[in-house]
Amino acid sequence: MDTARRDRTWLLAGAAFLLFAVVVGASTGPAGPDWWRVPLELVNRLPLVSFDTGVSEAEWKIVWQIRMPRVALGGLVGGMLSIAGASYQGVFRNPLVDPYLLGAAAGAGLGATIALTIGRGVTASWPLDPVPTVAFLFALATVMVTYTVGAAFGGSRSGVTLVLAGVAVVSFATAVQTFILQRNLEVIREVFQWILGRLSGATWADVRLVVPYVVVSSIVLMLHRRHLDVFRVGDEEAATLGVSVGRTRLVIVVAATLGTAAVVSVSGLIGFVGLVVPHVVRLLAGAGHRRLLPLSLMGGAAFLILADVPGRMLTRPAETPIGVVTAFIGAPFFIYLLRTRKVTA
Amino acid sequence: MSGVGLDGVTVTYGRRASRRTTAVAPFTDEVAAGEWVGLIGPNGAGKSSLLRAIVGLVEHGGEIGIDGRDVREMSDRERAALIAYVPQQPLIPDDMTAREYALLGRSPYINYFGSESHNDRVVVADVLRRLELEPFADRLLGELSGGERQRVVLARALAQQAPVLLLDEPTSALDIGHQQQALELVAELRRHDELTVVSAMHDLTLAATYTDRLTMLHHGVVVASGVAADVLTAERLGDVYNVCVTVDVETDDATGDTTVIVVPRRGAPAP
Ligand SMILES: Nc1ncnc2c1ncn2[C@@H]1O[C@H](COP(=O)(O)OP(=O)(O)O)[C@@H](O)[C@H]1O
Ligand SMILES: [Mg+2]
Repeated sequence: MDTARRDRTWLLAGAAFLLFAVVVGASTGPAGPDWWRVPLELVNRLPLVSFDTGVSEAEWKIVWQIRMPRVALGGLVGGMLSIAGASYQGVFRNPLVDPYLLGAAAGAGLGATIALTIGRGVTASWPLDPVPTVAFLFALATVMVTYTVGAAFGGSRSGVTLVLAGVAVVSFATAVQTFILQRNLEVIREVFQWILGRLSGATWADVRLVVPYVVVSSIVLMLHRRHLDVFRVGDEEAATLGVSVGRTRLVIVVAATLGTAAVVSVSGLIGFVGLVVPHVVRLLAGAGHRRLLPLSLMGGAAFLILADVPGRMLTRPAETPIGVVTAFIGAPFFIYLLRTRKVTA
Repeated sequence: MSGVGLDGVTVTYGRRASRRTTAVAPFTDEVAAGEWVGLIGPNGAGKSSLLRAIVGLVEHGGEIGIDGRDVREMSDRERAALIAYVPQQPLIPDDMTAREYALLGRSPYINYFGSESHNDRVVVADVLRRLELEPFADRLLGELSGGERQRVVLARALAQQAPVLLLDEPTSALDIGHQQQALELVAELRRHDELTVVSAMHDLTLAATYTDRLTMLHHGVVVASGVAADVLTAERLGDVYNVCVTVDVETDDATGDTTVIVVPRRGAPAP
């Protein structure tokens, strides 16, 4: 079979794209060394390699302490949202689904709003910022509510009921959030800044916070690639092929949600990545999950790293939130995809 | 080699009493290992419901057993290794190749975290070759004709290598040549691998030709069961299907085999 070789070629292409994005992400930004010196310095920093690149310690500090955490976090967030989006689309056989479908984003938004308003006076003096944690817990809780509601009325075998339950729960969470905001107008700006998503100010500590979730979630999802392919023939036929549909769907949704909630709680709600990246991968490399999942992971990481570049270059002093950039690129592109009518799950 | 025991099997739709419909009234039969039973009957007779009950897609009353083991006690995987099922309307993912699709039939044999083995690929290649699907193997399902797709679905079921094969109108979209080819393949596999086959069929002549026994359902109730020559009488077909037909039974003097031919006639009976 030469499918195996083609799989490998695609993976190599994905890895090369990701590497390219990392180098570009590390090389661009206001201040810092000349952009072309950075790739050289990155090579120089590898073990067993040493030459003079003309990058000073101070300049390297800008690259390593300011740009690289941002690149790493962007990669983790973009990769996680994309692989989760691909998994959600597969498990619900719905091409218009994104990882926020069951309420991960709405829950996180509500949690952040509550943390920024109600808990504000209390937590101002805390050494640790409670917003990400509260957002994370609310995201998980919201998805749990959706799942319980959906499973109660549709049976665990119905994906459609789950999607509809998601719509209802998301509306409810958003309504509560709006209500709270209305009574706390002074935090609206802060909340919206949080919601629109940001990678600026990312630190290695942020990266360390989300790494375990992204790694575990991605591994679990990758291990279910074959199951996702079986899901493509529908719940019923998947069951006759020996898949325990309800249980397998639950495992996949839990894994995708855990990772999504973690990255959302650190970076805010970055839209369109989880929707568009899997579709682009499908158009290029086919719809089989054996390629789709790893390529979404790498392609999504590269996409978000690159999408973060114009944001830091263009508008100063106020940076354009990355959620705005991805929506700017993502929405027209998605309409183009719909126009070509090649969008399938 | 497995027999299917059906003891007082019922299928009921609708949770509320007012909307409850009984699709299959108590159905009792013993399909012997290696036997091919044809389910016939007009639309809505309950053929699909019965097949779906056997493969666990609808709840059923009564008992269904494979070699005496209750299907309700099997895990999804165990059942999939015993029963292969071709639905009446399969959900076809357009952007999957025929080979990938047929490979799904190997799922019950692949470890939870595993992937297809070399043997799985060999089995699938063999089935595709036998169904003359090799030229289409690496084409997308969305780019195949209805008949080609139907054969690919059959290929998936055969790749499943389960001792019991349930076919719900497996040849309805095929031309007469491919109908024969598909049914011949099932017949050959049945002999060779000793498959037990239960198939819902609409073409009565084909059903009579290929199966050992016919069971005719009407409104969920068995109205006749036995060899084709006994079940397919012009009078009964007139009653159940509301058609006007003549039935020819030809007996081969040398072998004693009988062939039943159902021929529609002009002039539909008054409703
Ligand atoms: N999901 C369902 N819900 C309610 N009624 C159904 C459902 N499926 C089938 N039925 C009814 O059950 C009866 C038998 O249907 P079916 O088994 O599909 O018949 P056949 O396959 O012989 O054409 C019909 O009256 C049909 O309307
Ligand atoms: Mg039917």
